[in-house]
Amino acid sequence: MITLTINGQNHEVEVDPSTPLLWVLRDKLAMTGTKFGCGIAQCGACTVHINGMAARACVTPVSMVTDAKITTIEGLSTDGSHPVQAAWVAHEVPQCGYCQPGMMMAAAALLTQKPNPTDADIDAAITNICRCGTYPRVRAAIHSIAKT
Amino acid sequence: MNFALNRRLFLQASTVAGGGFMLGFSLPADDAEAAAAAPEINAWIVIQPDDTIIVRVAHSEMGQGAFTALPMMVAEELNADWAKVKPEFINPTEHVQRNRVWGGTATVGSRAVRTSHEYLRKAGASAREMLIAAAAQQWKAPANEVRAEKSVLTHTPSGRTLSYGKVASAASRMPAPKDVVLKPHTEWTILGTPKNRVEIPDKVMGKPVFAIDVRLPDMLFAAIEHSPAFGGKLKRYHEKAVAKMPGVRAVVPLFDTAVAVVADSYFEASRALTVLPIEWDRGPNGNVNHADVLAFVKSGLTATDPLEGASEGDVVAAIAKGAKVIEAEYHAPFLSHVPMEPQNATARVTADLVEIWAPTQNIEATLNLAAKAAGVDIGKVKVHPVMAGGGFGRRGGQLEYVPEAVELSKRLGKPVQVIWSREEDIRQDYYRPISSAKFKAAFDAQNNPVAWDTRIAGQSIMSTVNPDALKKGTDLGFLVCFTDNPYDVPNRRVDFGMRNTHVPVGYWRSVNHSQNGYFRECFVDEMAEAAGMDPYQFRRKLLAKAPKQLACLDAAAKAAGWGRTLPAGVFQGIAQVDGYGSYVASVVEASVRPDGHPKVHRVVTAIDCGHVVNPDTVKAQTEGAVAWALSAALYGEITIKNGGVEQGNYHDYPMVKMAEMPAVEVVLVPSYDFWGGVGEPGAPPVTPALLNAMYKATGRRIRNLPIVKEAQPRSAD
Repeated sequence: MITLTINGQNHEVEVDPSTPLLWVLRDKLAMTGTKFGCGIAQCGACTVHINGMAARACVTPVSMVTDAKITTIEGLSTDGSHPVQAAWVAHEVPQCGYCQPGMMMAAAALLTQKPNPTDADIDAAITNICRCGTYPRVRAAIHSIAKT
Repeated sequence: MNFALNRRLFLQASTVAGGGFMLGFSLPADDAEAAAAAPEINAWIVIQPDDTIIVRVAHSEMGQGAFTALPMMVAEELNADWAKVKPEFINPTEHVQRNRVWGGTATVGSRAVRTSHEYLRKAGASAREMLIAAAAQQWKAPANEVRAEKSVLTHTPSGRTLSYGKVASAASRMPAPKDVVLKPHTEWTILGTPKNRVEIPDKVMGKPVFAIDVRLPDMLFAAIEHSPAFGGKLKRYHEKAVAKMPGVRAVVPLFDTAVAVVADSYFEASRALTVLPIEWDRGPNGNVNHADVLAFVKSGLTATDPLEGASEGDVVAAIAKGAKVIEAEYHAPFLSHVPMEPQNATARVTADLVEIWAPTQNIEATLNLAAKAAGVDIGKVKVHPVMAGGGFGRRGGQLEYVPEAVELSKRLGKPVQVIWSREEDIRQDYYRPISSAKFKAAFDAQNNPVAWDTRIAGQSIMSTVNPDALKKGTDLGFLVCFTDNPYDVPNRRVDFGMRNTHVPVGYWRSVNHSQNGYFRECFVDEMAEAAGMDPYQFRRKLLAKAPKQLACLDAAAKAAGWGRTLPAGVFQGIAQVDGYGSYVASVVEASVRPDGHPKVHRVVTAIDCGHVVNPDTVKAQTEGAVAWALSAALYGEITIKNGGVEQGNYHDYPMVKMAEMPAVEVVLVPSYDFWGGVGEPGAPPVTPALLNAMYKATGRRIRNLPIVKEAQPRSAD
């Protein structure tokens, strides 16, 4: 039995310790906001926070995060009021929206570390893939939060 | 914790599983019953007693905005209060049973708005007239004394009012007017104004709006591998090697061409599939490699028996007499779609009902495939509408994951979700066709172009998606951009050396415009150079009789500041391509590093889509089309080895990310005398405009994509 602290709540799961966090979230806990995109840490659709840092859940074995504070898109806010979520709505960022939970988690982690990121900071920190091509709006939304 | 989801978790996760799809406005049970009880004004519109207006949507939502744009068209003519409009997807079974009352469901070819604008606006106008008639009857007043505004009916002489909800029931019994007059765009109050896309608040919360998020009690997960070579078959596999692995429930061969491992979680299924020994018969094309494919396709450039395309004047004679003749050969590779949501489907097959959840660009196709796979009448199939995590042409009809899920659920006796790994998605796609082009252009002594000969060689999409249609002749769609070439050159010809490989091809966002737009607009730049003219001015001259293309070209050039002073090393390129009923031109500003890799600084695109429904969506689609085109231009290439695809994930089939994405400016120049598409036409001009800018920077033409292959290994910044 493994205990995970996700969005401030403890969850006990019976899984192989090598199971990636992504599949524990999605298949064992039905927290499907965190997405599967590639399985090899290339696309960032599975981005969550581990102790406040952006991490790719598809390559993070649960055994590595038993003592960590895990935050998923479901825990970013309970009502969509997190500044990143509000900015994403204001800028109409999502198109299909599938990559956006990961994109928003990456943006939220960046803004925690660098409240006023430069374009270069954004380029370096946001390495998620969006096939719809929402990148210009992601950038504008992040800058709008920095300005507030 | 036991795998079976507890009730609370299930309810959290199951808004898509619970029946009707009501994104962002999940109704309490009482309201849902009221909604069911409220009568239709017509097939598109249900108005509830509380004034909520349900507008049915027959097209898919995959990020392109149809779920908002289509109801906007109904609401405009209905004179509805937009805040009270609640879009709802149709039930495709009912659609078929009601003689396809909701029109087309295929969400392809940038068609959702441009094929449905008339019947949707008429549905709104007709319902408005019925509401007016019902109110007039109640007030015992003539209808022309009643006006409808923002969901309120007003008796003009007395000032009495009724909300739509109060007369909806009576209105539903009124005869539908025989004909209605639609508003001119100058009277629009909803259309043409930016409206927030209705599902975005749910999408930023990570709420389960996708098929891959469906969670059902007792459901199992399947990982699947298909024949790595196209046309191959499953020979044998050694089930015992994985049977005792944790969570594994079954190993199931599917349709001779695939094998699936079913387990308690996708991770367990996928892990077992990775170690499952599988032997494939790679089939008749198992030895085909990319060099073979390339040689075969390029042989179409020199074929002496090409298929006819279009011809004007006498191109052969004009070239023979030309004072100057230029020639060039271009090539475009196979490309994969890779939508962010991998292919997947969930099926729950019971004795009475087949339920299916799957990303789709055609919900009726999903219905038909599920019914066929289950061997039941469509009346026993319920398709749960979900939004798709991208589509881009991949999910228009080739939805193999639907019958796979149905078959697995049937065999296992439980709900099953099948998910294709990213590797399967890339290796089992219907690719943008491989093709080549060979051009000749002749000029007279005054440098006027007098002849333009084009040979296209490559693989017809019809060869995969509708081979019966192909048997009747050629595939003229493959020659688009040339059969409708707007450039005024007196002697022109295009013909086709069709070369259909064994690799399945399909509709890839912007389809044949993607490669032909690049071929044509790069060669137009070569023609401009041969004529000694600025590429923008040369296009202007040859588009004198094509006013829409010309206006768009001018709008892009003006917005970008064509010819303005740029930072050292930055150059402009321009291109224009019309398609999907719309006109688009782009200016790209780019520099090229010493190692040959470009940096794209700015893209300015002007689009004339005729009428603009939701301006912000037109902009978003056009911005996105830039990323779509750039990923392909910079990196995209699918190659063949031993009959199958070599690439498998984003590391060897890369995408543009934030750091490579330029600033994008979109200029809307609607001319309001037609209805054009928006999802695709933004992409084709971007690649040639970039290549034309790179030529100015380096003096070297790139005629083969992707650009990364034409550059040196990337040096450090």
